[in-house]
Amino acid sequence: MRTVAVVGASLAGLSAARSLRKRGYDGRLVVVGAELHRPYDRPPLSKEFLAGAIGEGELALERDDEELRAEWVLGARATGLDRTERAVRLADGREIRADGVVIATGAAARTLPGTEGLAGVHVLRTLDDARALRDDLARGGRLVVIGGGFIGAEVASTAYALGLDVTVVEAAPTPLAGPLGEAMGRVVSALHTDHGVRLLCGVGVKGLGGERRVDAVLLEDGRSIPADTVVVGVGARPCVEWLEGSGVALDNGVKCGVDGRTSVAGVVAVGDCANWYDPHTGAHRRVEHWTGALERPDAAVAVLLAHGATEPGVPRPPYFWSDQYGVKIQFVGHAAGADSVTVEEGSTDDRSFLAVYRRAGRPVAVLGMNQPRLFTRRRKQFAPAAS
Amino acid sequence: MIPACRLADLPRGEAHRLDIDPPVSVFHTDDGELFAIDDTCTHQDASLADGWLEGCEVECPLHASRFDLRTGAVDAPPAKLPVRTHEVVVEDGTVYVRLSTEAPNLPPCVAARLAGGPA
Ligand SMILES: Cc1cc2nc3c(=O)[nH]c(=O)nc-3n(C[C@H](O)[C@H](O)[C@H](O)COP(=O)(O)OP(=O)(O)OC[C@H]3O[C@@H](n4cnc5c(N)ncnc54)[C@H](O)[C@@H]3O)c2cc1C
Ligand code: FES
Repeated sequence: MRTVAVVGASLAGLSAARSLRKRGYDGRLVVVGAELHRPYDRPPLSKEFLAGAIGEGELALERDDEELRAEWVLGARATGLDRTERAVRLADGREIRADGVVIATGAAARTLPGTEGLAGVHVLRTLDDARALRDDLARGGRLVVIGGGFIGAEVASTAYALGLDVTVVEAAPTPLAGPLGEAMGRVVSALHTDHGVRLLCGVGVKGLGGERRVDAVLLEDGRSIPADTVVVGVGARPCVEWLEGSGVALDNGVKCGVDGRTSVAGVVAVGDCANWYDPHTGAHRRVEHWTGALERPDAAVAVLLAHGATEPGVPRPPYFWSDQYGVKIQFVGHAAGADSVTVEEGSTDDRSFLAVYRRAGRPVAVLGMNQPRLFTRRRKQFAPAAS
Repeated sequence: MIPACRLADLPRGEAHRLDIDPPVSVFHTDDGELFAIDDTCTHQDASLADGWLEGCEVECPLHASRFDLRTGAVDAPPAKLPVRTHEVVVEDGTVYVRLSTEAPNLPPCVAARLAGGPA
């Protein structure tokens, strides 16, 4: 293998590049990224960076002494993949021929149709998004967050700490019911009301009010919530448009095997854009968590370097964390499919507990709030289990 | 030298945190070795004594960067800087720590707090 192209210059792409070198790949390594920035960390964008506690320098994912020997092609968007030539086409017409391709194009924030061009309306996915939002939060006033998922909740918590008047609007009856289940979704989202942040559930958004700048969020039940700034946190979609027609099978992202292999030999997918087969549940699952984007590329790189001749191992169950209102939330496993949730340590009232999700008596997930020590022990015990 | 704890009170596989500023933790590995490092992860405000001890490494309980107890070196992001290591001395069944004179690599939020700035 003489050239490997990594498309997407963020956590999963960087992890793949590191794995290639660690596994002894000595050839040409090209990393293509649509953003102008070198790989940076996204989780702080809704937390410490948005709060102003850390600056841009601290977001860098690379170490100063890192020797990746990669060619960085930044500010360049891939627009196509030619499977026969195995060439990555770029928007500016350039073409990168490679023997192996790592797809790491991640996900992009979903927007609300019809709200483009209205000042004061934000999504949060990139550093540029975070800079713009930080500037608007500095104006103070009223913030309305549309969507009570993790990123929406973190923005609400950061803005609350900055002294803004915050309202969260969630279309579902309970925020976070998807990732955490109804009962624990209720517990975690109660952090908003603990702090006097308004939480409106079970009501959709009809549109936004305002001429040049947003001044209100209009709800489907007729209410109008005054707003100086609005954050739309309604999830992310995988960035795989550029692969349409390439022969790489797509289905909610790049459809891949348990080790990241795609339908095309010599092409693997990693990170938020990859819909991996999950042997724990027997279904494909696109995991949008930091730790997966960090750890899983190594298996995909192994496949690439061995030309597909590897035995897939069992991946660790998905893990993520979130920080809201000074509370550390940690979760491992799959809540969907659990038939019971039991609080085994601490109490939900204290916002300090450990809850275990079970299906037919077997643990399938663990949630911790402000219990990093116990959670870590549970997570470790939990790791090797597979169905 | 700062007394940390009785050796008998620190079983193998466990850690003991000294609540000094910045905190330091003593680890007793499964092989019976003792190591002391700064307790605060260099990434964010996590206590490494709450982490997962495996061999001569401790994994941060929050985002799983791993630190080598012998050298303080970190293996993988998100943490990028090593933790300080301190000398451990056992005398008459008591574990003592001789603090390093180097500057600690505290995470930005904690460093700001110790400097008296905003958290
Ligand atoms: C605000 C925020 C907070 C988060 N907080 C947490 C958290 O607390 N805990 C947690 O577990 N996870 C968190 N996450 C999720 C975590 O950051 C992601 O899982 C991780 O960034 C995924 O990495 P990735 O490399 O797969 O994709 P991304 O980070 O999305 O990177 C993909 C890169 O590919 C580039 N790209 C896209 N299309 C193309 C193209 N056609 N050509 C070239 N380049 C392209 C993009 O510009 C981008 O730079 C958070 C995410 C955000 C946005
Ligand atoms: S706090 Fe230790 S790795 Fe993040």
